[in-house]
Amino acid sequence: MLLGGLLGATLVRLAPGFGVDEEELDSRLSKQSIQAMRASHGYDDRLGVFYLDYLNRLAHGDLGTSRTLDRPVAQLVAERFPETLESVGLGLALGWTLGFALAIAVVMSRAWYLDLFSSLLAGILLCLPAAVMALLFVVVQAPVRLLLGLVVFPKVFRYSRNLLARSADLPHVLTARAKGLGNLRVLLWHILPTAGPQLLALAGVSVSVAFTAAIPMEALCDIPGIGQLAWKAALGRDVALLINLTMIVTLVTMVANSFSDFLGKSSRTAA
Amino acid sequence: MKKLSYCLSFVVLVSSAMLAQAGSELRFCLRAEPKTFNPLLAADDASETIRYLTGGVLLRVNRLTQDLEPELATDWKITNGGKTITFELRDGLQFSDGTPFSAEDVAYTVQQLMDPALHSPTGDSFRSGEGKVETRVARKNRITITFPAPIAGLDRLFDQVAVMSAKSSQKEMAVLGPYYVAENKAGSYIVLKRNPYYWRKDPVGHALPYIESVHLDIQQNRDAEMLRLTRGQIDFINSIDAEYFDKLAAQDPAMAHDAGVSLDSEQMWFNQVVSAPLPVYKKMWFTSTNFRRAVSEAINREDMARIVFHGHARPAAGPVSPANKFWFNAKLAPHPFDQKSALQRLTQDGFHLQGGVLRDHEGHAVEFSVITNSGNKYRERMATMMQQDLSGIGIKLNVVTLDFPSLIERITRTFDYEACLLGLVNDDLDPNAQMNVWLSSSDTHQWNPSEKTPATAWEAEVDRLMRAQASNPNPKKRKEYYDRVQEIAWEQEPFIYLVNKNALSAVSASVHNVHPVALRPQVYWNVDELSLSSEFARNR
Amino acid sequence: MKYARIVAIAFLVAVSLGCLLADYIAPASYARQFREEPNAAPSRQHLLGTDDLGRDRFSRVLYGTRVSLLLAPAAALLSSLLAALIGGIAGFAGGWLERLVMAGTDLFLSLPWLFLLITVRALLPLNVSPLVSVAITFALLGCLGWAGAARVICADARSLAHSDFVLLARASGSDGFRLLWRHLLPNLKPVLYAQFWISVPVFILTEANLGILGLGVAEPLPSWGSLLREMESFSTVSGQPWQFVPLILFIVVVSSFHVVLSKEELPA
Repeated sequence: MLLGGLLGATLVRLAPGFGVDEEELDSRLSKQSIQAMRASHGYDDRLGVFYLDYLNRLAHGDLGTSRTLDRPVAQLVAERFPETLESVGLGLALGWTLGFALAIAVVMSRAWYLDLFSSLLAGILLCLPAAVMALLFVVVQAPVRLLLGLVVFPKVFRYSRNLLARSADLPHVLTARAKGLGNLRVLLWHILPTAGPQLLALAGVSVSVAFTAAIPMEALCDIPGIGQLAWKAALGRDVALLINLTMIVTLVTMVANSFSDFLGKSSRTAA
Repeated sequence: MKKLSYCLSFVVLVSSAMLAQAGSELRFCLRAEPKTFNPLLAADDASETIRYLTGGVLLRVNRLTQDLEPELATDWKITNGGKTITFELRDGLQFSDGTPFSAEDVAYTVQQLMDPALHSPTGDSFRSGEGKVETRVARKNRITITFPAPIAGLDRLFDQVAVMSAKSSQKEMAVLGPYYVAENKAGSYIVLKRNPYYWRKDPVGHALPYIESVHLDIQQNRDAEMLRLTRGQIDFINSIDAEYFDKLAAQDPAMAHDAGVSLDSEQMWFNQVVSAPLPVYKKMWFTSTNFRRAVSEAINREDMARIVFHGHARPAAGPVSPANKFWFNAKLAPHPFDQKSALQRLTQDGFHLQGGVLRDHEGHAVEFSVITNSGNKYRERMATMMQQDLSGIGIKLNVVTLDFPSLIERITRTFDYEACLLGLVNDDLDPNAQMNVWLSSSDTHQWNPSEKTPATAWEAEVDRLMRAQASNPNPKKRKEYYDRVQEIAWEQEPFIYLVNKNALSAVSASVHNVHPVALRPQVYWNVDELSLSSEFARNR
Repeated sequence: MKYARIVAIAFLVAVSLGCLLADYIAPASYARQFREEPNAAPSRQHLLGTDDLGRDRFSRVLYGTRVSLLLAPAAALLSSLLAALIGGIAGFAGGWLERLVMAGTDLFLSLPWLFLLITVRALLPLNVSPLVSVAITFALLGCLGWAGAARVICADARSLAHSDFVLLARASGSDGFRLLWRHLLPNLKPVLYAQFWISVPVFILTEANLGILGLGVAEPLPSWGSLLREMESFSTVSGQPWQFVPLILFIVVVSSFHVVLSKEELPA
């Protein structure tokens, strides 16, 4: 996690545009003010000095202060994290419910028209730019937080459809059907367990996908979550914010993926 | 005529008062979160909005007439060759938290403003020379401020200085303006409530402002903002894009307001920095006046104004917009679109057309890039139009859109660019606000910043003229100097001025006494006199 | 479904031919601005009307299709192959290698790659040709887009590594690279196809959004992404339904890809 934060900081520090401020273009500012502004952004600090300073402050529980919003990072994150959690939670719930349910329906029914319809729906949602979807939500006055669900759904559907379809074609499943087992039993006892580890891995990845998708979504829809904060921080090269946000995303990704790995291994052991 | 306008204002204000509903709330959007609530540091649009709505100033530039009017100061006098200003202040006023207002507060504000460690952009406008700024409080309502060197247009600069309390425990949150910040949900909205101690009253003695509160939503998405306006969820859009303006005007003409040309301009410039990492032959092109004039003449400004801005812009002649009534040099006209003349100028510098491609005297094909900030549709379109225009004289233009920090780094630090297309947002009428653009030694002398000595004779002349106008108290003489600066800019084209945009705004019919103007803030410049009609009141 | 597949293939062939022959079919250059007719409705001269700058939209769709249809699937293929290799090897090997690679993948997923892209833009010359710029963009997307799929493929490979047919293959003397290539990777196809099919539209849209960093296609060259960006302003699009044509074409092409690729995934 720390590595993620530091690597993120390196990327930001080395990328062009670090340490500049659009206020430098204000023609009222004197030479001294501009020089002072540049010095305060740490443009000239070497990377090593920068790291040590950050680690030292972190050791004392200080996450630093956001340069662009002039407030403590800890306070900003605490204010905005619940918003993102709500959006991501709702998005994942909707995406998985819709995606997984449709995938099961397609695989179990084997109806080509259902497959075509679902794939078309997923295709349309994949092809619609996020900005257009956000706009449509605003036009129909639907809660924009559900937008994440529509971003997650096509990926969940497509992967789970293929995984379940492959499991459904395995010999032991065919045998189970031949022996007269009902659809529900075949699904719960034979198809899902086989595809389980991969689906759990997908679940872990979808958390990270949702978090990543939350950034442009919150920026587009003006939702005051950490996604919007990350976008502003990226555009403003706000290293203090970016390190911490990268670490949060790394932590969430690691936790989600580790948890899904653990469940996957447990289910294999149980089987 | 003045009596008639006073009578009309009286009638309008009285009727507004009658129509104003208790508990009313004005709603509009900010495009970003304010970076600061400290009025001395406000430099971004959102912070300046908060400052305008909450700050009390000594003098106010009337956005409609462009005249300077008394506010917290009832009278003022400039003496000592423009170095000293004395204010007579209103008696018996209080800040929004009840703290009494006096000359001590003005002295405190000025000392804070001029503190070199603060680096306030507003403060830097007052910096005329080395030395300390002296403040002398003669009595409770009289203060004299003396600057180390004369400042031309000194009084008008106080329009930007919101007075802070020296004694209040609320610090910068205690204000003298019509509203104070009551609630701030970070990233989401800000609510301002009526300042119970606001000093202004309407002609019949009602306390102003009429509107109880102002709700500012933080909304970056312009489509969503437009939809909310049409649904009645917000009351106005202070600055609306041309394509939305036309759409709105088609649906409801009464809502769409075109206040005419604004102070803003869009311009392109070539990189003339000697140390720039460019090939020598390109530096020779960009430093040639003929080359710049030719490029300027090859660009069709009329088409730009018509197509990109839907007719809500006009070709620009120079650094000053016609909206700046006093300072605009009316003798200057925009460079005409004339590709023949452009090619003739280029021929003088040894360029020639070969197979439809323009080449310099060494045979290099003329190709350069123009950088502009991404996300600005108008600039992207303008750059694309310039591509076609310049291809008419055999020049290949590459359009590169960059994120703003990368762009700023290129134009201020690395100088790794060839041409840049940006806009100038002008809030101040006085040419002193542009001093640092024209002084060759300045960091914001965009085409070639921080010159140790002026690189050209004309830049030396501009330096002399700008310094002369800055230290001369006579407005007529100042205008003479600045007219000449505009003429030199027109001849030499360090900036190729493209268009001056119109000030477009959209206002719901429920807002009364609104008179959109070209100067910022276009719609709510008279916020304390606005009212919301009870006839159109709705539950929010 | 067989007929649907035939129709899809025929459509993709027609679209590919159309964009390859754009130089002959297009009524005007994609860059030419008919300045007297900005935002014009469809007519005989301009089958899909004109855009904000008076450029023929039909011509721009043809040339934009050429850019996106060529480069986006190439980038998707690259990301799918990288995901297959990295995820496949990690899942197959198991143990500490798998843990290390997956930790690296998690890290990769979390980093702000925006800054790498900004740095790449900084390293490129400003006068790079639009085609080179968009090719580099798609190549970058291909190199950066593998991480999510790699995780799923790793889990899949892990399961397959313990399956009966792999045990049989090992018993018959297959090991190492041969086992991976001949037995494992073909069985990863369902996940790889999903990854490929999802990546194509995602990369096309991402390319459009990368314009904000100076990457992606540069004016006046069109791409599907840049054409779709026209739709971001609902107020102007709502009265001009012909502006939806690039979006409809995009959806139909992506759906056709799906129909063609689903040959082996569900029995008829």
